[in-house]
Amino acid sequence: MKKLRIGLVTRRELKGWIFLAPWVIGFIAFFLYPIVQSVIYSFHSVKITAIAREMHYVGTYNYGQVFTAANVTKYISFFTSAILQLAVVLVFSLIIAMMLNKPIRGKGFFRTLFFLPVVVVSGPVLSRLVSTGGTSIPFIEAYGITGIITSILPEALATPIAQLFSQLILVLWYSGVPILFYMTGLQKIDDVIYEAALIDGADSWVAFWKITLPAIRQYIMICGVYTIVFLATNSENVIVKDMRSRMYTAGYYGIQSAEAVWYAFFISLIVVAIFLLCRERKGKKVEEVKTMEQMRVARMHAERAKRMTNYKERKERKILGKKH
Amino acid sequence: MAKSIEARKAILRKRILGTYEQMGLLPKLFLYVMLIAIGFVYVFPLLSMLVMSFETLEDLLDSSVKWIPNTLCWDNYKKAFEVMEFTEHIQDTLLLTAVPALFQTISCGLAGYGLARFNFKGKNILMLLVLLTFIVPFPLIMLPTYMMYSDYGILGSAWTMLLPALFGQGLRSAIFILIFKAMFEQTPRSLDEAARVDGASEKRVFFTIGIPLGVSGMLTTFLFSFVWYWNETYTTSLYITNTGRNVNLSTLMMELDRFEASYSAYLQNQYGGTAVGAAAASSGNALNEAVTMAGVMITILVPLLIYFCLQRYFVQAIDRSGITGE
Repeated sequence: MKKLRIGLVTRRELKGWIFLAPWVIGFIAFFLYPIVQSVIYSFHSVKITAIAREMHYVGTYNYGQVFTAANVTKYISFFTSAILQLAVVLVFSLIIAMMLNKPIRGKGFFRTLFFLPVVVVSGPVLSRLVSTGGTSIPFIEAYGITGIITSILPEALATPIAQLFSQLILVLWYSGVPILFYMTGLQKIDDVIYEAALIDGADSWVAFWKITLPAIRQYIMICGVYTIVFLATNSENVIVKDMRSRMYTAGYYGIQSAEAVWYAFFISLIVVAIFLLCRERKGKKVEEVKTMEQMRVARMHAERAKRMTNYKERKERKILGKKH
Repeated sequence: MAKSIEARKAILRKRILGTYEQMGLLPKLFLYVMLIAIGFVYVFPLLSMLVMSFETLEDLLDSSVKWIPNTLCWDNYKKAFEVMEFTEHIQDTLLLTAVPALFQTISCGLAGYGLARFNFKGKNILMLLVLLTFIVPFPLIMLPTYMMYSDYGILGSAWTMLLPALFGQGLRSAIFILIFKAMFEQTPRSLDEAARVDGASEKRVFFTIGIPLGVSGMLTTFLFSFVWYWNETYTTSLYITNTGRNVNLSTLMMELDRFEASYSAYLQNQYGGTAVGAAAASSGNALNEAVTMAGVMITILVPLLIYFCLQRYFVQAIDRSGITGE
């Protein structure tokens, strides 16, 4: 009987795997295998002849080769601007989401409007918009903000910030999906919490920092990861673009693979950083609960002990009284 | 009397500034103004593009024409249509967008169903791997995949897009799997159990319960996938158009990508000899921004139409995805 039951369970499990089989095959063929292959290439010098691919083991030579002076500046400028853009997207989309979370008319209309770019964003369209100057906000140019920035800040920071301003609308366009993420997050916060805070004398500024922000921490994380992945794989991205254009250069495969490995490594570093920054500080919370629980138990014990001693005293007195 | 004035003042203040329960007029006004202003800035590029695509050369040069062209110049659209060889490439575009989208819907739906409705060892690891496919940047995969396709001789054919989609590794498949998983988890499992007790096979449960429950998720996935494949150029140019194997296969987006080059070829074709061509170019037939913008408008027309007609399914997707908790 027992054997049969195990058989049934495993059979159920196997059926689950059948539904996942296409994905698993695809994962191995179009994801795992290429990645392993990329890592192997990165340790070799790859030559392609008419007949076959010749590979010579070169150790970590390719990895060092990636960091030419030009590449280093390219990478630094890319990552500073990516992080800046990430910050702008996260803040902007939160503001929009909070505005849309208020009881206003035409919520659906605005939501449609702010999600619109997600449907339109693509490499060729964006590059044409940039070339006609449609992506910068006209007022910014008019007031010479770029000039102010370059004169105040050190150059390493000023260039990416000026760049950010010149393509501000583009960056804002990336926030379509995060806005929706935030909106679902905000809707899940119970109104009762705000009311309680209000009674305790918190104004909306305090409520934002103490209630809203901690409550949507998880959503900030999701938005952060989504945005950074989007920025990293965006076809307008300089690094990704360069990698593709260099792919047709013969004899470059090894270094190219090494660069891809580095790139993936840097991106995953940022993802991990976002995770760490936004994770819930569980340790502290649990401890607090524990101490409260402990205090309650301790108080209970103390009371009981007190009662017991009282009872004993009374009993003793009674006995004594009887003896008297 | 004085008291009533005080009271009236208080009421007025409440109306204007608002209380916690009810927003006052002033904050509300501020909110609408902000939303409308930001919304305008947001769609500003699209609007200016639309306007520009209708402008004649004179309008473009005339700085007094900003928002309303003097005449609607449909000629731009005619030119862009011909330059992009719209009628020829629309079929290819559908082959490279609708079909992968359909495949992706099927494969991701199956995977999502499997993850939501069955318990088995290693399920959590599988979920982690699904997320991993989303995070790992594409350059790490592209070179070996390119070689693989080249080995199998499918480089330059539509299979390079169709095969990954069929096996759940298409564009952003991880998101779709998450959407399907969350959706199938929301529907009660007791339905399946009841059917199983009545002797339905796993196949039958899937077809009579799973699929009807998953229709709206399927629609959402298909639409998103369609739009994203429509907008895709990176993999298309890598595996198909830039390989030089199959010159005719190309999407509208790729045609837009090489619009400028195509335009000069188009002029050559139209006017034949160089002398006449040069004359034509100087007499206002040279590529101007208006024609390019008309090309852009043609390319984004289909996604825009789909979005405006079916936007409900797009916006719902996030609520559905379940990546937002639960």
